[in-house]
Amino acid sequence: MAGSTLASRSGSPAEAANRAPTVSLAQDIWRRFKRHRMALIGALILLVIVVGVAIGPWLWTVPINAIDFTARLKPPSWQHPFGTDDLGQDLLARMLYGGRISIAVGLAAMTIAIVAGTIVGAIAGMSRGIVDTFLMWLTDLFLSLPQLPLLLLIIYLFHGALKKMVGPETGVFIMIVVVIGGFRWMPVARLVRAQFLSLREKEFVEAARALGASRLRQVLRHILPNAFGPVIVAGTIDIAAAIIAESTLSFLGLGFPPDIPTWGRVLYDAKDYLDIAPYWALFPGTLIFLTVLSINYIGDGLRDALDPRRVL
Amino acid sequence: MTLPGTFILRRLLIALPSLLGISIVLFTVLALAPGDPFGELATNPNIPPEVAANLRRQFGMDDPVPVRYLRWLTAMLHGDWGFSFASRINVDTLIMQRLPTTIMVIGSSQLLALLIALPVGIYAATRPYSLFDQIANTLTFIGFSLPTFFTGLLLILVFSIQLDWLPFVYRSDVNASGWRFYAEHFRQAIMPVAVLGLFQAASWTRYVRSAALDVIRLDYVTTARSKGLKERTVVVKHVVRNALIPVVTLIALQIPAIFGGAIVTEQIFRVPGIGSLLISAILANDTPVIMAVTFVFSCLVITFNLVADILYGWLDPRISLG
Repeated sequence: MAGSTLASRSGSPAEAANRAPTVSLAQDIWRRFKRHRMALIGALILLVIVVGVAIGPWLWTVPINAIDFTARLKPPSWQHPFGTDDLGQDLLARMLYGGRISIAVGLAAMTIAIVAGTIVGAIAGMSRGIVDTFLMWLTDLFLSLPQLPLLLLIIYLFHGALKKMVGPETGVFIMIVVVIGGFRWMPVARLVRAQFLSLREKEFVEAARALGASRLRQVLRHILPNAFGPVIVAGTIDIAAAIIAESTLSFLGLGFPPDIPTWGRVLYDAKDYLDIAPYWALFPGTLIFLTVLSINYIGDGLRDALDPRRVL
Repeated sequence: MTLPGTFILRRLLIALPSLLGISIVLFTVLALAPGDPFGELATNPNIPPEVAANLRRQFGMDDPVPVRYLRWLTAMLHGDWGFSFASRINVDTLIMQRLPTTIMVIGSSQLLALLIALPVGIYAATRPYSLFDQIANTLTFIGFSLPTFFTGLLLILVFSIQLDWLPFVYRSDVNASGWRFYAEHFRQAIMPVAVLGLFQAASWTRYVRSAALDVIRLDYVTTARSKGLKERTVVVKHVVRNALIPVVTLIALQIPAIFGGAIVTEQIFRVPGIGSLLISAILANDTPVIMAVTFVFSCLVITFNLVADILYGWLDPRISLG
């Protein structure tokens, strides 16, 4: 890539080359990540949101489902900092609780996508011939599936049975996480395969092979750790995509039930009251937006920080 | 510039297996689903078991799965998509009523996205790290981090409720004639098209910018400049076409997401397209409509992938000849 312009200005090869030799890999990545100002701000905002929803419900102890018809649709006040909804439920409490679910869905779906994608990509990358061809055909097929209609179809067909099996809350959670994760592994699989194809021909892998390392050991000890940079970036972006996917489902009224107020669900409930209670929609919408924006910026910063071109 | 017919034919032949694959996925989902369309009949005490069993046999519900798949596929391909439980008309009639609106909204929003993304992305790439580039970069980040459902609500809040400029419910029966009819249609299409178009424009701008950045420092561009060509000619004739090659690939990957965004947008603005049809069918447990709409969405995705592929061959002759 000689002479090409890097996607963002943070960091330069010269600075990386001049660094002290005693810096560890993690410190090095952190130094380069810090130089991406927006990524740093994003990390800070995300930290505030995550800590907020993690410990918030203990500090703000108003119950999420306390119905109070005397306080219907009240705009933000000291008593209800985010206002109340049409049943007089406190929106701050609902938002804090729902944020936990939204972020948990994002993390869990990302984990599924990464694990599935890494396995498919690793198998495809290590095996030549028909297995590789078939797995890549499968990946391409999944990439061209109309995801949202299929998500809706699967949820429509399966949610009754899962509800009966493990209860409404866990049932919906498991289903949404699995389905969202199941539709997001393809980019990871492609990335991992591409990395494997180039890494497995490298001298250090050949050396390991010459020392008698088994195929599994070559993959787990030598190839996989080196292939993980792009996967981490993809995983970061996947969290944002999964949060949006969950919010979309809930917003269409087909995700979580009303007693689990994820941000998308609150937005769905609020959309018919836009004219009299705009704050009701603005708070969850802004939170989704800020979370997703922060994660996207963090992904961008990580991409720059993990980019091996910088180290060369 | 013409494309070799064999190239287009080959692409078509590649598209067919994917359509088959998608239909298999769809049918598997349906076959794995707990309960069947006759589950309700079986538990209904008013219907004798013999009648239910007869019905099942008549509709071939007890046949092995591959047989049922083939029958379902041939019915789909013949346009025999069944009967909507909720609307009491044939599914294909229902979809044909709704499809033009969806295509119109998606088409104009993609056009809008292209009209924004191409100039902004190219201009930003010719001046990397300039003030314009930085502002464009920030705006694109905001643009694709804003979910379509929230942008839609924001636009309604500002333009329909606060300013009262635009209608927020899309009506197919506009009560006017002549040019007023078209003006009304245009006015109600502005917000849905803007929501979808701006979202796409944001990610496309990033693709265009980074692809153009990769191309713009290559030697052949320097050569073109040193020949004394005008900067405009260099950018338009030499940079853009090559930069578009990776962009088309990335756009093709986004096609399923475009249709997802269309469903959300149609639902927010109550646009009478197939996306809102899908949601109302799900809420009404109208299985034939749900299956058919999902199938139509799959076909649309495949078709647009095919278009992207052919465009790809036109942009990069090496591919169509190779």
